[in-house]
Amino acid sequence: MKKDFFKISKKKFKSRLIVGTGKYKNFVECSKAVKASGADIVTVAVRRVNISDKKKPMLMDYLDPKKITYLPNTAGCFSSGEALRTLRLAREIGGWKLVKLEVLGDKKSLLPDMIETLKSTEVLSKEGFKVMVYCNDDPLMAKRLEDVGAVAIMPLAAPIGSGLGIQNYTNIRIIRKQTKLPLIIDAGIGEASDAAIALELGCDGVLINTAIALAKKPIEMAIAMKYAVIAGRKSFLSGRIKKNITGFASTTKKGII
Amino acid sequence: MKKIKKIKINLNGKALFLTKGTSLYKVIKKNKLESNKIAIELNREIINKKKIDKIFLKNRDKIEIVHFIGGG
Repeated sequence: MKKDFFKISKKKFKSRLIVGTGKYKNFVECSKAVKASGADIVTVAVRRVNISDKKKPMLMDYLDPKKITYLPNTAGCFSSGEALRTLRLAREIGGWKLVKLEVLGDKKSLLPDMIETLKSTEVLSKEGFKVMVYCNDDPLMAKRLEDVGAVAIMPLAAPIGSGLGIQNYTNIRIIRKQTKLPLIIDAGIGEASDAAIALELGCDGVLINTAIALAKKPIEMAIAMKYAVIAGRKSFLSGRIKKNITGFASTTKKGII
Repeated sequence: MKKIKKIKINLNGKALFLTKGTSLYKVIKKNKLESNKIAIELNREIINKKKIDKIFLKNRDKIEIVHFIGGG
């Protein structure tokens, strides 16, 4: 059988799980969870350096960007201008071109502002960025993002950090059907079964932060998510049986006594 | 004796007093920052890190230095 790689913008990855690095107790727990998850890609945010505390630990000292792919994001940006500034700075740190764009529109629900997101995707793509885009689970908007150069479509399962799991199966299925781009569920995963369902729906991967970082046992949950993603993908590729409302015996009647 | 001129700049939102003619490189070095882990903006313009020894700060310059932190 052909090896089943996760491809984003011509780059191959083994794991279909992308993990966020926020909300952990400390960098030690974060790096242990990342390792346990088996993820090849981690999302990272861009913030001011703490000038007054020079000894404050830095993320790069705990997660080596040479060993794991850093995916800079625009967490906390509420306009196209802020998002562009953030990712241009991220690129300057060390040449990162593969980025995750998220432009939020509402401080309470943290739902994305798709007008600003679409504008930013177009500008960034023209500047040579490979833009993975956090978006609504709206097939029409997903298509427009693809048209302006997105390299991956990342619809939410539910609001960021909500842990509600996939709310709109139908829309995710429609997006899957219409695009050949990597489709990654980003935000809203609560437990391992949610991740497995995403892959079973035909998504190429999932991005998880809160569900691992804030679990009672983050490292154990990272392992659970790792296997959920593998299970979901295998299940999707294996061709599930048809659903039936009547019973269908597993044992032959032949030779019955 | 020549009088040493002081300038006031803003570094990551905080006021900082420097001698006129201080290079950006000196500010980075003084704060023990490794250039391969940061990005620098001077007055909203991204600075090529290779050229920071040739950039001399002026009064009211605004510097932003960023790095990667944990995020989702």
